[in-house]
Amino acid sequence: MKGVNAALGAAGLAAFLALGEAVPRLGLVDDAYFPPTSRIADALGAELAQAAFWTALGDTLTGWALGLAIAVSAGILAGVVISIVPYLREATASTIEFLRPIPSVALIPLAVLLYGTELRSVLLLVVYAAFWQVLIQVLYGVQDVDPVADETARSYGLGTWARVRHVLWPSALPYVMTGVRLAAAVALILAVTAELVIGAPGLGARIAIAQTSQAVPEMYALIVVTGLLGLLINVGARTIERRALSWHQSVRGEVAV
Amino acid sequence: MLDVRGLKKVYEGSGRRTEAVRDLTFTVEARELVCLVGPSGCGKTTLLKCVGGLLRPTAGEVRLAGRAVSGPPPGMAFVFQEYGRSLFPWMRVGDNVELPLKQKGLSKQHRRALVADALDAVGLTDAAGAYPWQLSGGMQQRVAIARALAYEPDVLLMDEPFAAVDAQTRADLEDLVRRLWRERAMTILFVTHDIDEAVYLGQRVIVLSASPTVVQDQLKVDLPDARDQVHTRVSPRFADLRTQVYEQIQAAKRGETVLKTDTPPLH
Repeated sequence: MKGVNAALGAAGLAAFLALGEAVPRLGLVDDAYFPPTSRIADALGAELAQAAFWTALGDTLTGWALGLAIAVSAGILAGVVISIVPYLREATASTIEFLRPIPSVALIPLAVLLYGTELRSVLLLVVYAAFWQVLIQVLYGVQDVDPVADETARSYGLGTWARVRHVLWPSALPYVMTGVRLAAAVALILAVTAELVIGAPGLGARIAIAQTSQAVPEMYALIVVTGLLGLLINVGARTIERRALSWHQSVRGEVAV
Repeated sequence: MLDVRGLKKVYEGSGRRTEAVRDLTFTVEARELVCLVGPSGCGKTTLLKCVGGLLRPTAGEVRLAGRAVSGPPPGMAFVFQEYGRSLFPWMRVGDNVELPLKQKGLSKQHRRALVADALDAVGLTDAAGAYPWQLSGGMQQRVAIARALAYEPDVLLMDEPFAAVDAQTRADLEDLVRRLWRERAMTILFVTHDIDEAVYLGQRVIVLSASPTVVQDQLKVDLPDARDQVHTRVSPRFADLRTQVYEQIQAAKRGETVLKTDTPPLH
């Protein structure tokens, strides 16, 4: 079944690529703006041979990884503190609900004012977008602590810190993992957006340069690279999730007793 | 050993005031095995949580070895009915049993010895490396019992621990509790809604009234100490005792007191 699905998936992708090749060649679309697959592939090959491409890739990944790391640590810390300090959750709920829907891109002018085209501009946007994803999931996760598990821990004399570590954190982990996976995807979107709009160095800036210099196949090649990056990040996040939650119902599957 | 005096618990919330436990007074002697039995919804769990320091009583007090209980005391261990939720699925069986010992600040060697001994005592020597959810329900409750044993409590509180397992497993677990109680010099307070179980296990049965709860009656179980599922349960005295408990519970449901005819004196 798994093999059949993989084969179908590969066939679908091949058909899509073939369509991308055929449609411009048949003149159905203007190949100046929609170059055929083979030309994009050639441009991609040429990009991969350039040192500047790899520098740009490195810049994008740096902004993404640093921003994600900051957002995840801050989101987890804030989420746990808000949850365990009495009344803090109620006091912060409305503020969070107000700040959370603000699109990160609306902060682009602020980022430019503060940091210009530096890496810090990218980080500001990435962190703002990714932070809420993690925070909200941590807040949900902490509420999901089983009262029986918590009472068990209390009855055996576990203090607040021990309960956070041994009960609250593992209970919230499935939610945290979801938050991190969502945050990782959002962080990439914002990293590329920041580079594209602000001109901070990275793949986004390179796409903008390709566009202004009419290098259309190169532009598509770079877009393909960002897509592949997103794919890899999602696969990686899912792998980590599955490993960290091997004990969880959603991962362990049915166990024969 | 365990003194419950004038215990009262009132739940207040969302405009509703529920008096779960009205006025409970009883004593459990050291090394005694006492069963609390009562009609369903009579506040048994509330009572046990107050005794275990998990809930604060509205009035009255619980004393363990002369000291008032204000939080979970170190000399007490709790076995919950919901073993599947009480064991941590993210920890292996051995780690589940060991976790409370870490809080006691015992050395690693000492902890390991206690874990091995406790798992051995419940017949799960080889299960230390498994996850709780890889075991059957009965085995999971054995793990929870092992966790309590390793904690070396003076008093073991058990809240309907076998309500969710099948009849055969239940019989095995009852015998396990009897054996551990006799071997390990523990005081056990066992809450159940099952009259047969209460009579089979206990040295004394305390019958609770319907909510708001008071003590309806106390019976001394004068069955021989060596009990077994086959012979004890068919003995005339067992039938006698279970009838008495049954009558008291029926009376409790109707909210009346039954005059005792055949109750041997307590202690």
